[in-house]
Amino acid sequence: MALDQKLGWRIRNGIRNMEGMIIMGMTMTEKIIAAHAGLEEVKPGQLVTAKVDKIMAHDITGPPAFNELRKHNLESSVEPGRIALVLDHIVPPKDIDSTLNCMAVRDFAKEKGIEDFFDIGRGGIAHNVLPEEGLVVPGDLVIGADSHTCTYGALGCVSTGMGHTDIAAAMVLGETWLRVPESMLFTYNGKLGKYVSGKDMILATIGKISVNGADYKAMEFIGSAIDALPMEQRFTMTNMVIECGGKNGLMRIDQATREYVNARTKRDYEEYVSDDDVKYESYHEFDASAIEPLVAKPFSPDNVSPVADVKDVKVDQVFIGSCTNGWLDDLRQASYILEGEKLAKGLRLIVIPATMGIYQKALKEGILDAFIDAGGVVSPSTCGPCPGLHQGVMGPNEVGVFTTNRNFRGRTGHPDARIYLASPYTAAATAIMGTITDPREI
Amino acid sequence: MKFEGSIFRYGANIDTDVIIPGTFLVTTDPKRLAPHCMEGLDPDFSKRVQPGDMLFVEENFGCGSSREHAPISIKACGVSCVVAKGFARIFFRNAINIGLPILICPDAVDAAVTGSKGKVDTDTGSIDVDGKTFSANPFPEFITNIISKGGLMEYVKSRIADQKSL
Ligand code: SF4
Repeated sequence: MALDQKLGWRIRNGIRNMEGMIIMGMTMTEKIIAAHAGLEEVKPGQLVTAKVDKIMAHDITGPPAFNELRKHNLESSVEPGRIALVLDHIVPPKDIDSTLNCMAVRDFAKEKGIEDFFDIGRGGIAHNVLPEEGLVVPGDLVIGADSHTCTYGALGCVSTGMGHTDIAAAMVLGETWLRVPESMLFTYNGKLGKYVSGKDMILATIGKISVNGADYKAMEFIGSAIDALPMEQRFTMTNMVIECGGKNGLMRIDQATREYVNARTKRDYEEYVSDDDVKYESYHEFDASAIEPLVAKPFSPDNVSPVADVKDVKVDQVFIGSCTNGWLDDLRQASYILEGEKLAKGLRLIVIPATMGIYQKALKEGILDAFIDAGGVVSPSTCGPCPGLHQGVMGPNEVGVFTTNRNFRGRTGHPDARIYLASPYTAAATAIMGTITDPREI
Repeated sequence: MKFEGSIFRYGANIDTDVIIPGTFLVTTDPKRLAPHCMEGLDPDFSKRVQPGDMLFVEENFGCGSSREHAPISIKACGVSCVVAKGFARIFFRNAINIGLPILICPDAVDAAVTGSKGKVDTDTGSIDVDGKTFSANPFPEFITNIISKGGLMEYVKSRIADQKSL
């Protein structure tokens, strides 16, 4: 976002006294919100109106947002430039209702001249498409009509999910109201063990602080274990901050961030850094070397335990995909385990690359062969079984190991289906053995 | 607004998948959503609830997805208001935006059981549970302003009108 130069400098460098010492430190989240609200400083709890750089809606939340605009005669005031529309939840559509939803988004995109519209075949899951297409950059303020909009924070921006009415309002005003969140600092030092990934790090975190441990707050992730994580696994972590009630989650910008972003966009961006002297609302430390492969047991993402504790649970369906773990890196990890192996008898494996771009790269690398050879099915990019909408809806008393982010009752289909959330490594190991399996034992 | 009705009392961390499962997200038609409200928690809820009845719930109500279908289905099945110890962030915004009255008052929730008689005055924040009176925590002025305008879209309309008149 173009910012008044003096204001931008003061926000980036902190408000200083005559000796050059920072008077009032701000966190990254506070700085980004301040910059978008046109304010020199903001404090947790403050309500502000802030400009947004990008507004996302998909096939489930777009149509009702457009209805709100129509109902209130505001359609003509929509600013198309900042809007990104992605068909992802039920694509290709499974019935007339879902077809109508896709048509509504397609028509709106055409009518308004929205360039960042990702139709079937062009995109995939919004939270993977937006970073992959370079539509979000560090320092941005992004809102989306989907709770996992928090994913983009791994790029060093503030992004958060809202309902479709909030999104409709922002499409007209180009801004939104926000309560400046308190920031919590999460530090992960040490080296992750073999077959342990970002998914296990975030499950460890949710297990520790609970499903409302970060309600309304910003979660900032730092430490040597974060620095060592590839971008895709950083996205896996920020994707799940909503599972602790977090408003947003973010990481500092480093060389990995810059390389990822620079390869995908020509947009200029601002790098905001939390001031050294800033006080966080709370501090949480993790020894990454002690984190084991974990699962979240039914029916809550904070019901976390080591894989070893649930190792006899028999599994009907393994799903590797979703905005959490449908990245190329995830597919590589899973195929590494599954290569040359066969699925356990009676177990089904569904694999969904999160975007068509990832799909094509996986295809070229030969990764998808490993899944199909093992007896699995690879579906086109969509949310699929994650929200229980299509492509593998779970039946009564069925057990699933999913690389997704939520295992609430009824989330993936029947209310008596039981889902364990796990990493791609753990999911792949489970697919071979038929019971929940620690990938280190394969 | 003043409401009177029976209270349905539930616990903490009630998520949006339980309030309205994903299968029904293809529509936002209140009539189609109402019969499935709270299905995951209490399959008969929508049959038993009477117009005016109230939900009294604990912390983090409405956690999970951003689906506005959740507050829409609650409103559509006749629930007059939700009193909670706390709301998940997105649900809070959604309820305000669509005009589902919500109040935060932990003491009133503790005093209620399913079947209690509730009276709520959203203008004063006064909550009456079986004859005992409590006061809800007030909302910031900015939010009361959206509520008094009749929801977020009405607020946006008045903002646009102001800009045009400048
Ligand atoms: S993959 Fe699942 S969590 Fe992610 S956007 Fe789709 S439905 Fe939501």
